[in-house]
Amino acid sequence: MSLAKRIIPCLDCENGRVVKGVKFLDIRDAGDPVEVSKRYCDQGADEIIFLDITASSDNRETTIHTVESIASQVFIPLTVGGGIRKLEDIRIMLRAGADKVAINTSAVMNPEFVKEAAEKFGSQCIVVAIDAKQVSLEGEPLRWEMFTHGGRKATGLDAIEWAKRMVSYGAGEILLTSMDRDGTKNGFDLALNRAISEAVSVPVIASGGVGNLQHLVDGIVEGKVDAVLAASIFHFGEYSIPEAKDYMASKGIVVR
Amino acid sequence: MNRVVVIDYGMGNLHSVGKALEYVDENISLTVSADPQKIRDADRLIFPGVGAMRDCMAEIKRLKIDELLMQARQEKPILGICVGMQAMLSFSEENNGVDCIGLFPGEVKRFQEGQKDGNSDLLKVPHMGWNEVKQTSSHPMWQSIENNSRFYFVHSFYATPDTHQKNKANIVGKSSYTVPFCSAIADKNIFAVQFHPEKSQTVGLQLLKNFLSWNGEP
Repeated sequence: MSLAKRIIPCLDCENGRVVKGVKFLDIRDAGDPVEVSKRYCDQGADEIIFLDITASSDNRETTIHTVESIASQVFIPLTVGGGIRKLEDIRIMLRAGADKVAINTSAVMNPEFVKEAAEKFGSQCIVVAIDAKQVSLEGEPLRWEMFTHGGRKATGLDAIEWAKRMVSYGAGEILLTSMDRDGTKNGFDLALNRAISEAVSVPVIASGGVGNLQHLVDGIVEGKVDAVLAASIFHFGEYSIPEAKDYMASKGIVVR
Repeated sequence: MNRVVVIDYGMGNLHSVGKALEYVDENISLTVSADPQKIRDADRLIFPGVGAMRDCMAEIKRLKIDELLMQARQEKPILGICVGMQAMLSFSEENNGVDCIGLFPGEVKRFQEGQKDGNSDLLKVPHMGWNEVKQTSSHPMWQSIENNSRFYFVHSFYATPDTHQKNKANIVGKSSYTVPFCSAIADKNIFAVQFHPEKSQTVGLQLLKNFLSWNGEP
């Protein structure tokens, strides 16, 4: 008996539609978020992550309604991210049916926010999202830096140190996106994932770069992560969740 | 009308379990409340919980939910979920030690950090994700659920019921993560699980469906 590694489809949403870009740019439409999540749930996805990538105040209501609709039809864990800035935002999302919230920019602006959120709602529902980019030059020891605002703003913070600090503040999970790989289909940044997964005691979700099913296996086996996230390969029908699970199982990975 | 009350003591996300119950049976009358009269009038109770034990127990005592549960255990089916299950034991080592409700003798312990699996990968705490539940004894709540089905867990602490004492709970489900642990207990009207049926897709919805028709007999 052992814990299964998780496959998590990610829905990047803008104005109530699922979209997918390459390196945070060049955005394509991929459907209605409720239909898409229901399909993934029926196919055996282990969780759903819903990221409101614009998170402007005017589409906040849309996001809340979408989360409510997903949560009344999809009975697997749902994480919601984007625009989570205060305790009230978390309360609203949990009330709408989210099980966890992902915090990124606000954690950097105010690290104490993560501490307060974990104390108030429990670590199990606080996911800290880290967008990391390699900053070391060739020949130097590998180093990654944290970015915020959807990858637009450098923080000067070392990604590994930041992950450790967030866990000590009560983060229950780390969602780790490699900005160098996001949307490229070249596979996860395995060195980055491994470095962070081995540095923290909580589960790590690898994100950014999946182009084929072997990449999912590599993330688990070499990246040492607990869960793998993918978007484009599932949204555009290249692979289904059962195909991904069968492939992972054939490589000796425990899946549900 | 099947009157179901999800006991609300202010801790965490109670909406998921409510939504899942309404999804499996749209004809139930569902209330999320801590009102003693509503709890007394209910046909069945859900006792959920997330978050830290110290805060949970403080609210449980303030709202006298411990007393209501003591009374209800003689009368109607109760489903404990996650921290709700843990709170039914006598003591938890969370937050430097907290006395719990004590419906059953036993302690709640923390998973040890730094343990490794067979591939020498670090086993993370919290235990988060889908794990197998071995049905160690038959029970109406397991009806139509295959043995060793995977349910969704998220927790850092686990129940260790003392099965040698009077008033003991029966262990009806076991799972394994760094150590073998009790993932479901039962005693007369009470069935309590460490995992989240409301987040465990088909098998979880089946468990909730079983609960809505369970008469409380083992």
